[in-house]
Amino acid sequence: MQADYFLKKRRNSLGFLSMLGVVTVLAIMITEYNVVQGFASLPKAVVWGLGNFYPTGESLTKLPDILEKLIETLLVSIAATTIGALFALLFAIIGSNTTRINAFFGSISRGVATLFRNIDVAAWAMILLFSFGQSSLTGYFALFFGSFGFLTRAFVETIDEVSGGSVEALKATGASYFSIISQSVIPSSLPQMISWILFMIETNLRNATLIGLLTGSGIGFTFNLYYKSLNYDVASLVVIAIIVAILFIESVSNYVRRVIL
Amino acid sequence: MEVKEQVTPTNQLLKPPLQKQIRIKTWTKSTVVIRSTLVILAVLTVYAFFSFDYKDIDFGEAVIATVSNLKAMFVRPHLEHFTFSHALYQVFITLGLAFLTTLFGAIIAVFLGLLAAENLTNKRVSTVIKGVVAFIRAVPTVLWVLIFAVAAGLGSVAAVIGMTFHSVSYLVKAYSESFEELDNGVIEALQASGASWWQIIFQAVIPSSLTYMISWTFLRFEINFAVAIAMGAAAGAGGIGFDMFMASSFYLDIREIGAITYFILAIAILLEVVAIQFKKKLKVNE
Repeated sequence: MQADYFLKKRRNSLGFLSMLGVVTVLAIMITEYNVVQGFASLPKAVVWGLGNFYPTGESLTKLPDILEKLIETLLVSIAATTIGALFALLFAIIGSNTTRINAFFGSISRGVATLFRNIDVAAWAMILLFSFGQSSLTGYFALFFGSFGFLTRAFVETIDEVSGGSVEALKATGASYFSIISQSVIPSSLPQMISWILFMIETNLRNATLIGLLTGSGIGFTFNLYYKSLNYDVASLVVIAIIVAILFIESVSNYVRRVIL
Repeated sequence: MEVKEQVTPTNQLLKPPLQKQIRIKTWTKSTVVIRSTLVILAVLTVYAFFSFDYKDIDFGEAVIATVSNLKAMFVRPHLEHFTFSHALYQVFITLGLAFLTTLFGAIIAVFLGLLAAENLTNKRVSTVIKGVVAFIRAVPTVLWVLIFAVAAGLGSVAAVIGMTFHSVSYLVKAYSESFEELDNGVIEALQASGASWWQIIFQAVIPSSLTYMISWTFLRFEINFAVAIAMGAAAGAGGIGFDMFMASSFYLDIREIGAITYFILAIAILLEVVAIQFKKKLKVNE
């Protein structure tokens, strides 16, 4: 019995590891990933980074321009998250099992959220590029759709988690649907929801860089411009600006989370 | 006289409770923070809409165009510049990139996660690693990929190495948090019995948090799939994302984008279903 258990355990993990190995080899073959070059490029990148990738005094003159783009990107992320959260709240109330009006609307709202969530923001950006062109709105809507999908799911889980008993209790006292929502569901899940919104703003700021690269707006475009023209000193300044912004947002949201949760 | 006098006291008795409402909401620190967060977000949003660079876009027209584009995308998708089997192959390339990244990330993250868990090492090492990881996370993935592209050239090498950075930082955080949840008594008991550090790790720490680790790793695989799509587009690493980029900015073929979107959606939903099954199975085993 004892020996059998360990034998089975060993066989299981051996099987798992060999499966992992086979998939790895397949993945390496299919992506034409060069393992040796991969590891060799690490030190090379470090040497190159130390040699070229730092801001010089000259690049500091570009700082006001960079900051302007950074603030623009930041505002786009925040606006997309806030409006996305409003829509997500509506869909989450309809989609959650405790607060939904009926099963039909519930599954429709969940389905819509799943659709929006599973199309990546980069894909949204490329789709929207057709009608909105290279403007802030392309990035805004791409982020908005992504935030909406993600936040709907997060909010549904929050509502389900937080307000089972209180909704039932209020129903028993004869409270109307809207007073249940506004007096119980929203107040009790608000701290969790704000925490998710802050997380989404951080994520969106990172995504905004990528979307800017693809759609030619905001800080991502600025980086791409200097990167492609081999102005690595300015490009590194852009990277530093992004890092500072993200760390700042992260610490603010950590503070808020600590106080409210 | 007498009647009047009798009326007033009852009035006084009845009135005060009616006038004085019970204050349910009090101004604690957390309500202040919640409200000010909401107000600040609202103000910034309104300000953002005024400050956007609209570039003379007719908003209504653009929305209508988007809707008709979406309709063309989803109702009449087609493949023009490549075949179905090519698209399927590209999807596998994207999945392969995501897999390699997750695997490398997970292996490195296990060791760094052990060093970052406060109960397994000393506080200084843990703080240093957590700081480095927070820094790595702050740089968007695409920037890592492009920075490595200078040293390794554009392609799968730069994509995998660049994306691995983010996977490592994400998984180190997740792993170390689950390691830290381990009961201290277990470690003390093993230490008292003379077990070495590695024995403690492999016999107590990793087995007890294995289910968490697997579900976090799978979640990261899902994220990496989405990231790999984007990297294929932004860094020329190939895969379905690159085809999508070509379709949107070179061929300007909205219906082909639709077909590619269906591919991506199918894989993403498939991964989510697998993840749910995975989690169910792990919970049963616990």
